[in-house]
Amino acid sequence: MYWEAVKECMNKEDLEQLQLEMLQSTLSRVYMNVPFYKRKFDDLGIDPDDFRSLDDLKKLPFTTKEDLRISYPYGMFAVPMREVVRVQASSGTTGMPTVVGYTKNDIKNWSNLVARVLTAGGVTQNDIVQIAFDYGLFTGAFGLHYGAERIGASVIPVSSGNTRQQVKLMQDFRTTALICTPTFALSIAETIAEMGINVNSFSLKYGLFGAEPWSEAVRQELQEKLKIVATDNYGLSEVMGPGVAGECIERNGLHINEDHFIVEVVDPETLESVPDGKTGELVITTLTKEAFPVIRFRTRDLTRIIPGPCSCGRTFARIGKVMGRTDDMIKVKGANVFPSQIEAVLCEIEGTAPHFQIVIDRKGAVDELTVLVEVSESIFFDQMKQQREFIDLIKIRLADELGVTVEVKLVDKKSLERFEGKTKRVIERRSL
Amino acid sequence: MLKLKNVDIFYGKIHAVKRLSLHVNRGDIVALIGANGAGKTTLLRAISGLLKCDTGSIFFDGTDIAKQTSDKIVTLGVSHVPERGLVFKPLSVEDNLVLGSYPRYSLKNRSLIKVDIQQIYTMFPVLKDRRKQLAGTLSGGEQQMLAIGRALMAKPKLLLLDEPSMGLAPLIVKEILRLIVELRDKYGLTVLLVEQNARSALKIANTGYVLETGRIMLEGPAEDLLMNRDVQRAYLGRDLDAGFQ
Repeated sequence: MYWEAVKECMNKEDLEQLQLEMLQSTLSRVYMNVPFYKRKFDDLGIDPDDFRSLDDLKKLPFTTKEDLRISYPYGMFAVPMREVVRVQASSGTTGMPTVVGYTKNDIKNWSNLVARVLTAGGVTQNDIVQIAFDYGLFTGAFGLHYGAERIGASVIPVSSGNTRQQVKLMQDFRTTALICTPTFALSIAETIAEMGINVNSFSLKYGLFGAEPWSEAVRQELQEKLKIVATDNYGLSEVMGPGVAGECIERNGLHINEDHFIVEVVDPETLESVPDGKTGELVITTLTKEAFPVIRFRTRDLTRIIPGPCSCGRTFARIGKVMGRTDDMIKVKGANVFPSQIEAVLCEIEGTAPHFQIVIDRKGAVDELTVLVEVSESIFFDQMKQQREFIDLIKIRLADELGVTVEVKLVDKKSLERFEGKTKRVIERRSL
Repeated sequence: MLKLKNVDIFYGKIHAVKRLSLHVNRGDIVALIGANGAGKTTLLRAISGLLKCDTGSIFFDGTDIAKQTSDKIVTLGVSHVPERGLVFKPLSVEDNLVLGSYPRYSLKNRSLIKVDIQQIYTMFPVLKDRRKQLAGTLSGGEQQMLAIGRALMAKPKLLLLDEPSMGLAPLIVKEILRLIVELRDKYGLTVLLVEQNARSALKIANTGYVLETGRIMLEGPAEDLLMNRDVQRAYLGRDLDAGFQ
């Protein structure tokens, strides 16, 4: 099922023509309307009129989160405020929020692109969509809300939080599609089990999860526990919000809406582009944004381009599930560790719940990384030997995956803090 | 169907069209809007081969026509209706139409061309009434219709229309625009429409481009451009600030 087959399945040649045209006009517009880009291009001796092929993109400067922050609040807007019909802000996972704006056309495009993502994930106008993202400055709830309305689905804007209430509504309102963070979905699944409700009494069919990295193992768990088809979708406020990319039900990578965004994957250290299939930092250039265009925005999200076509028929390129953020990257004992790797390992081990926390500390001159793991059953706590064997098993598996040894501590079920929004996985105790 | 990539056109030292890229999909009406002197007419003349672009490529149905002569381009299926029509004023209406078939005219084709002229008369009944009249005695609207009819006689796939509403009364403009829509919907023609009357053009177009001093500043679905406030202010004569001052 496609929302806009003409676009989503367009051939490569037409797409490249469209991207070139849109990029050229975007460059002309940002050069004229955004002082930041005019200054930056002038400093680097870049004339937007010289931009003649998509490969020239590599000559353009990056835009960083820091650039956006310095322009707080409205410095990066390409239109006067009277044309802005909405202001949102990034969720500020990594510091001060960034303010973004939308014109009427931006909101229209946004709705349409999210409609594509929802359609790809299985949602139709017959669905009842429960949106359990926080409605507010964060773009997640509104974007998905608009997309679902655009499709003609019935939207329940329940917002995040109050898990028991969510479960009750889900049952009473016969929700068929759940939209939230994967962590919150896990929490809902747990609550359903706790409340002793048979999951077959729900009408749930689809789950569209995003706003944080999650592993294949978490997908398996959510699909089994909630009896749904769970798909991943990607977006970020600085670029638009949800709707940048989304998985189709093949569940093998997220299709980028390439007629609105150009993506590149670069090495976060050298900033050179990496070959398809190799993991690096995702860089996005907007092609149709009116109020808040960005050129080569460094997302800090780590992913890769999945080579080859998808069997769903969409021709838009795919990115892999986001592995983490460049700034989530923990440097311990000289190795780069990502929380997503730890999550993947834990999910494969029977007896651990997918909730964990990473504590980084320093003993003398040595970094120490401890993983606090919630166990799904408490029985181990009476049996020291079994418990120790279990910890050793986790340690070995983690060491295999990460290339460094880490400490592991088991904690009681539900003893770690639950987050309704984005999950805080890493606790830094090193004083640097 | 039509694809322009990085087209530059200079008039002496004046850079009239700057690394312009644009495409027209089959069966669409594409509007090209912009102020006087933005380069709209220059671009149409480059597509039909009346002037050569300095760099860049123009692909029509897969063939690069940037270096072709205009007579070749007409036979490939591109007809150009210039600004103000430019009909042959001392000739009759019907002779104007016959001249439009010039690229494919031959004695054995004569009967076919007669049929085509009848078809033009069905589309523009007013021309039939005036078939013997000299083109110079027609009203502005009728001359515009004749110019379009003449262009159709070459059996084009793509019609380039330069300001078809220029100098015409509002009611006639409406009629001309209705005809353009009919050309697309009934005859499957593809149209690249340059218009100073941006609102009317965008209302009938599928997609649009906004040209400013030789550069494309904006492109998108026509309905989005109609909603864009920059476009509204600059080209649709709606001064949004006026109300607040």
